[in-house]
Amino acid sequence: MTAPILPNSFTTGPDERGHFGIYGGRYVAETLMPLILELQEAYEAAKADPAFAAELSNLSNHYAGRPSKLYFAEGLTRHLGGARIFFKREDLNHTGSHKINNCLGQILLARRMGKTRIIAETGAGQHGVASATVSARFGFPCVVYMGATDVERQKPNVFRMKLLGAEVKPVTAGNATLKDAMNEALRDWVTNVEDTYYMIGTAAGPHPYPEMVRDFQSVIGTEARAQMLEQQGRLPDMIIAAVGGGSNAIGMFHPFLDDKDVEIVGVEAGGHGIDVENGHAASMTGGRPGVLHGNRTYLLQDADGQILEGHSVSAGLDYPGVGPEHSWLRDTGRVSYVPILDNEALDAFQVCTRTEGIIPALESAHAIAEAIKRAPKMSPDKTIIVNLSGRGDKDIHTVGKLTGIDI
Amino acid sequence: MTETRIDRRFAAVKAEGRPAFVTFLTAGDPDPATTLALLAALPKAGADVIELGMPFSDPMADGPAVQAAGLRALKGGMTLNKTLDLVREFRKTDDVTPIVLMGYYNPIYSHGSEAFVVDAKAAGVDGLIIVDLPPEADDELCLPALKAGLNFIRLATPTTDDKRLPTVLTNTSGFVYYVSINGITGSAAPDASRVAEAVDRIKRHTPLPVAVGFGVRTAEQAAAIGANADGVVVGSAIVQAVANSLDAEGRATAATVPAVEALVSTLARGVRAARRPVAA
Repeated sequence: MTAPILPNSFTTGPDERGHFGIYGGRYVAETLMPLILELQEAYEAAKADPAFAAELSNLSNHYAGRPSKLYFAEGLTRHLGGARIFFKREDLNHTGSHKINNCLGQILLARRMGKTRIIAETGAGQHGVASATVSARFGFPCVVYMGATDVERQKPNVFRMKLLGAEVKPVTAGNATLKDAMNEALRDWVTNVEDTYYMIGTAAGPHPYPEMVRDFQSVIGTEARAQMLEQQGRLPDMIIAAVGGGSNAIGMFHPFLDDKDVEIVGVEAGGHGIDVENGHAASMTGGRPGVLHGNRTYLLQDADGQILEGHSVSAGLDYPGVGPEHSWLRDTGRVSYVPILDNEALDAFQVCTRTEGIIPALESAHAIAEAIKRAPKMSPDKTIIVNLSGRGDKDIHTVGKLTGIDI
Repeated sequence: MTETRIDRRFAAVKAEGRPAFVTFLTAGDPDPATTLALLAALPKAGADVIELGMPFSDPMADGPAVQAAGLRALKGGMTLNKTLDLVREFRKTDDVTPIVLMGYYNPIYSHGSEAFVVDAKAAGVDGLIIVDLPPEADDELCLPALKAGLNFIRLATPTTDDKRLPTVLTNTSGFVYYVSINGITGSAAPDASRVAEAVDRIKRHTPLPVAVGFGVRTAEQAAAIGANADGVVVGSAIVQAVANSLDAEGRATAATVPAVEALVSTLARGVRAARRPVAA
């Protein structure tokens, strides 16, 4: 592949057909095409409407608790020695993760479009919980598709979704994880086109989802950038976020893309190791470009183009694809993407819990693990922001089981 | 573009005053030898056109029956190249029955679109139906396919309104596949009168034959749909007949080919009865 021509700005994508370089696009069945085009039109109109922005901002503030804090992780910094580490505290948002940012935006859009039913897919259950939450708040019935494997390993979130009035439909197809849940949600959407709004949880899928979800999540990076300037008088030297589908990461990264001195690192799920087939979920490190779920992007696939399942200790990261903008940022070299293994993430989970008194989500623990590797090699006048995308209460059973702690 | 087997077959059945019977099978379900035997049996049982499903790990537009068939085939080691091998074998004994490959884009993209259309044509394929390639992505596969002499058959659906229909029909050839319901394959039965309206609507925009599928499973339904449509597609019912004939380990049995033959013969009679004049 020839090296892509570097753009003057990294923030102008996608084009009108939803492409970031060769990635993105709209690869969907004809039944869905008119809906996708309708969604794009509605989103463009909402973006241009100050009342939409005002309502979203008001809800983000009073309902979700934004802005989230930028916190100097002094305990972890002292423990590691080296660069000073800051956490962007998305774990403190209502529902416990960054997912609420996107769901608030999309529920307002669904209401604007006159839709009356919400469907969503979920892996770890964080997006399912956020979808169920905004559906309850705005009075929509909500169906959440969740792989049967994930239903088992994320029980607390399943219970929360049910309490919130959502119907959780376990999906047994394939490996019964996030990819299969997304297939099933697409099948629901194709069957219920008139009344249903599909609330995709990550910055992937057919255009305009990758752009729209990124826009709703960019509040993370926009706030973090301003907070860092206010607290430290300068930009961070490095920002780190975990990448599954990649919504928390693109939300964190996007406002920094044109800050050339800020090094940006995305952390993929390395699982048992990149050399283990079906043993990881690092699509950009161990996959190649393909087309799935409406977009072209890096995918885990075999020689015949069949999609592999992917593995991660974190139910939010074991997706065989990644948002198309990340694929483009990878190829352009603006962002470096690295894998973190299951056991490195588990160690980071415990280090963070013990040194900071913060129980991070296993997804976020992958980003912390990368900071643990890098900070000691950097001088104390350097700064790193880690996006603490969610809290880890949902993961205590998984961690307990793997570390031999009896819960 | 030169005439394909698909064009010739639709012209022939039109001359007979009846709709075409389009049958769907998943390649390699449950093994290539069985598929080859089924392919040979289908025309004899009354199939006019054969759609051969290319198995994919993530068939987003398919219902449980076709999903399961694809997984059985993949479990048996089916690949895109082996699907082309099947067509090549089939052509040794049948040079007239049109074969349309139906599936999803990623295995083709992985193979390389340009190489794929050449390989498919050489194997004896006549047309392609790729579910997740809308007209907006025509330069990826549709245009190379047309250039290679393959028909590119597009799906039109109840959500395809008059404004969008011309976009969908541009670069479509062979026939138009009207998806009779909003949904996945093998789900609810379509309402014949609404389908007839939709077929008339599409035919106002194109001279191409219009075949109708999704949810057709009995001879009566096939006859009702075929009264207006130029073709009737049956897929999930046939795939389910394959599934029902397998042993507990999912292997083909002596009953597999006869079961499919019996079903296809019955359905073919329904299709052929579609335009019989009704007694006044």
